[in-house]
Amino acid sequence: MDLSAINPILLVASIMVSATPILLAALGEMVVEKSGVLNLGVEGMMITGAVVGFVVAVASGLPVLGFVAGALAAAVLSLSFGVLTQYLLSNQVATGLGLTMVGLGLSALIGKPYEGVKAPTLPKLDLGPLSDLPVVGRMLFSHDVMVYLSLLLVVAVWAFLKFTRAGLILRAVGESHDSAHALGYKVVRVRMAAIFFGGACAGLGGAYLSLVRVPQWTEGLTAGAGWIALAIVVFASWRAGRVLVGAYLFGGITVLQLNLQAAGAQVPVALLSMSPYLITILVLVLISARGVHGAPASLGRSFHASH
Amino acid sequence: MAETLLSIRGLTKAYPGVVANDDVSFDIGRGEIHALLGENGAGKSTLVKMIYGLVQPDRGSMTMNGSGFAPARPSEARRAGVAMVFQHFSLFDALDVAENVALGMETPPPMRDLARQIREVSETYGLPLDPGRTVGTLSAGERQRVEIIRCLLQDPRLLIMDEPTSVLTPQEVGILFETLRKLKGEGVSILYISHKLEEIRALCDTATILRLGKKVATCTPAETTARQLAEMMVGSSFAAPSARDHAKGAVMLKVDGLSLPAPGAFGTPLRGIGFEVRAGEVLGIGGVAGNGQDELLAALSGERLSPASSVLLMGADVSRQGPVARRASGLLAAPEERLGHAAAPNMSLIENGVLTAARRRGLVSGGMISWGRARDFAEEVIKAFDVRTPGPHVAARALSGGNLQKFVVGREILQKPQVLVINQPTWGVDAAAAAAIRQALLDLAGEGAAIVVISQDLDELMEISDRFGALNEGRLSAIRPVADLDIEQIGLMMGGAHDMEVAHVDA
Repeated sequence: MDLSAINPILLVASIMVSATPILLAALGEMVVEKSGVLNLGVEGMMITGAVVGFVVAVASGLPVLGFVAGALAAAVLSLSFGVLTQYLLSNQVATGLGLTMVGLGLSALIGKPYEGVKAPTLPKLDLGPLSDLPVVGRMLFSHDVMVYLSLLLVVAVWAFLKFTRAGLILRAVGESHDSAHALGYKVVRVRMAAIFFGGACAGLGGAYLSLVRVPQWTEGLTAGAGWIALAIVVFASWRAGRVLVGAYLFGGITVLQLNLQAAGAQVPVALLSMSPYLITILVLVLISARGVHGAPASLGRSFHASH
Repeated sequence: MAETLLSIRGLTKAYPGVVANDDVSFDIGRGEIHALLGENGAGKSTLVKMIYGLVQPDRGSMTMNGSGFAPARPSEARRAGVAMVFQHFSLFDALDVAENVALGMETPPPMRDLARQIREVSETYGLPLDPGRTVGTLSAGERQRVEIIRCLLQDPRLLIMDEPTSVLTPQEVGILFETLRKLKGEGVSILYISHKLEEIRALCDTATILRLGKKVATCTPAETTARQLAEMMVGSSFAAPSARDHAKGAVMLKVDGLSLPAPGAFGTPLRGIGFEVRAGEVLGIGGVAGNGQDELLAALSGERLSPASSVLLMGADVSRQGPVARRASGLLAAPEERLGHAAAPNMSLIENGVLTAARRRGLVSGGMISWGRARDFAEEVIKAFDVRTPGPHVAARALSGGNLQKFVVGREILQKPQVLVINQPTWGVDAAAAAAIRQALLDLAGEGAAIVVISQDLDELMEISDRFGALNEGRLSAIRPVADLDIEQIGLMMGGAHDMEVAHVDA
């Protein structure tokens, strides 16, 4: 094995790119689950965002417009989940699984004519002197704007949940929808807003896959990224900071094992390929083994305002 | 009272199939403690929800301070000065005290100021509380303080309290009453909902009595006897349980050194519990909610296994046996939570009967359910315990709480247990049904069964138990004959006042 074939600067840089889509989707899902809704359709929303973002970016030539369209498309799709589960009181698990299948099928249909087309990609952000720093500049400060936006979003979600009144109400709704209703908060409205936000985040993550990470359209492009995002939310004990750790860990090991494969490591390829999943789950389980797990108490339960 | 604060005129609210409130009118004076009295289902909750803006009346009007008052949502009611302490607390277990208080306020101050205000108010009114504690770790009495403080921080003009004393020890009740009298002295009006007659006679200036959604009377409770109030509330007299002779038999159930860790983050560990119950005897176990009642029932029924030789049934060690084996040997249990624990909500009464009585009543042969015999059994329970239902095919969730409770209790009693453990046998059940259930328990004991009744209703325990013990933080007090006890001693057995102190604001 030739470890010198792995360039540490490129490694770190590609870890950030690899982690960003999962980070975005997991953050959105965390907010949804904090409001007490379990949306298993992350994979479907992500791939919808991926295909719509790709199509719009190709058609307009503007990658930014692609991201906006991808986020909107996934958010609108998530509203169908919202209407079914919040107003028609359908089962959240079954509806979420259905949403994933709808998203996978819909994206294959929309994306068929675009296979093999090249998308305009996001330019690297020029951070002036920061980007010119040796080593660190290449590693951390020469990415596209979405990488930094996703990191800002981690801080924003954390602060929103911890410090704002709206965030407190959202957590309260997820904790006990009956109590929240008794105090006069609009449970269904809060949850619809959270579902919409979660959809938009998953869409952004999907668009990042098809426009930056890959960057082209193939059927089934997300390849389970949505499911990993869901797992990360649970094992991160519904905390924004740990979601960041989980996403970067998963992204990091994915990139690392690809590099190891390329460097000809004497480990079975199957083992390397499964390592990101195993190690991410193992580490997050170890983190959350101590202390309370903090699942929102009303997670996955339907709310109906009876008299 | 000279001035009227809230005037209610002709309030009517109908739900499909039932008129919850029918043309109800009364006035609440400024600085008055006004009792709202009635059985379960008399329409107290609906009336209060209309005042608090959770439900809109079909007809009728309210005036507050002389101007119209029709809150469309709780926030409007709160702005008008109405605050409410809920019966089943409206608290969030995973959030801390300050966050819970903030959620009940219209415009909460920044968290740091709020924590300081909580400390000030809690000290002024003798309700000590740490704003940083997680609510899930608080006792029932402390949780109620959170609700009360949340209300007091908003300078309410009308404080609504929905059955506030059902979870308190006698000492805590005394201190709550002091707090309420101070508030009354400050000009706050209080609407006090309860069905505990002696409390109302001790505390309230005026009482309005509801029956089946209609106002029966408004009276001055201090000038009315408890018996008169009860008759107005129920509308007819009901039989009090009859006494029986106390011939005691052999020890049926012996619990010795029963300790179990807490089942979850907010559960209570059991610590060294020991008692004996003899044939023909009723052992009453009291205590404030959340002091190990559910955990004790689970350990006795076999839902949670306990260390070897800690539970002995008729001399045989059943500690390591599950519920099915214990049922087969004659130890039956009825848990507190009717829907979801004692009965499966979406299954019919017939199916719910099979779930516990399959073995003892021979409803299953060769692995196949005999639906004919199952139906007969369900009908037998319905008939013997006067369960009001269209038939045994009805889903458990469709029954009212009292009727389902009669079914659940009857189902166990008709299996002729040697030992019956029952938690909260009459919780949320109207007075007539409660009397019937208590009588059935006494009859069962009269036939030679040993009965353990876990309850938070002290009056009930005094009425039917031979001996009494209290749970406090998972420990069981010494067991004493009921005849030797007074309310003061019982309060101390329950753990006294849980570090509350009397309000020391000068009225």
